[in-house]
Amino acid sequence: MKFLKYLLVGILFGIVLVKSEAVSWYRIFEMFKFQSFHMYGIIGSSVSLGILFIWLIKKLGIRSIKGEKIETVPKEKGLTRNLLGGAIFGLGWALAGTCPGPMFVLVGTGFFSMLIVIAAAILGTFVYGVLKDKLPH
Amino acid sequence: MENFMKPWPWYVSGPLITLVMLILIYFGKTFGMSSNLKTLCSIGGAGKYSDFFKFDWKTHRWNLVVVLGAIIGGFLAVQFLSDSSPINLSTHTIEDLETLGFQDPGKALLPSEIFSWDVVLSFKGIAILIIAGFLVGFGTRYAGGCTSGHAIYGLSNLQKPSLIAVVGFFIGGLIMTHFVLPLIFTT
Repeated sequence: MKFLKYLLVGILFGIVLVKSEAVSWYRIFEMFKFQSFHMYGIIGSSVSLGILFIWLIKKLGIRSIKGEKIETVPKEKGLTRNLLGGAIFGLGWALAGTCPGPMFVLVGTGFFSMLIVIAAAILGTFVYGVLKDKLPH
Repeated sequence: MENFMKPWPWYVSGPLITLVMLILIYFGKTFGMSSNLKTLCSIGGAGKYSDFFKFDWKTHRWNLVVVLGAIIGGFLAVQFLSDSSPINLSTHTIEDLETLGFQDPGKALLPSEIFSWDVVLSFKGIAILIIAGFLVGFGTRYAGGCTSGHAIYGLSNLQKPSLIAVVGFFIGGLIMTHFVLPLIFTT
């Protein structure tokens, strides 16, 4: 039962990603062509509200459901890893038109060829893990 | 109700994505979908090949459940919550796609020129999906996050590494869209 709440959040996430068309290859193409405000509006409004509410959570000292203090999990620093890794991700994002959330959502919408993209993404993650210590970060 | 069945505008969708993130934060978790790819590697026994995958994946089960929910959500959205409106793409986008040989851009969520089984089962078609997926999986772990973890969660927390990563996302995305796609899809 403790997982039910996560299942419900996931269902909401999947519905929003489809209804917003953020799962659409076409919308990603359009975004990288700067031909519509749609995706910028989604990401921009989401981040703006995120900044506001996370600031409020910290300001008001709101605790999690388990009564723990809510703290930010820091992202790993490193110009090379973030810029180069980000650019590699971006190449794939614009080609597949999907990132690691939508690729699963699209399986639910009936695009089963997305399973190939998921398998390749798992392989890519695995290869990163194996080569990690040899790469510049 | 009629508007509910139509595609949702950005000012409805964006705040709802914030809501998803805030709920997960309230549950004492973070928001980041690409971690699941790493967890799946770990479950598959990748710890034998790299210490990177040696961790207790059971502590990450919650995130796999989120993804399972997202798959179900995708199913529910297309089956019961949509009126199959075409995607309202800009006219410039439609023209550009037609130039690249795409037919009826926006009629479905994904172009059949890339994702239909006819295309996928050709050498070029399957190569595109495998290369694209590999770049996403490799790049996201190298950068330490994806659109959800860096662009939404990281930027919401005003994290500098996430800002650098998002700049990287755009460098890669712009190169692919403006220079590589026209080479792949020539008519």
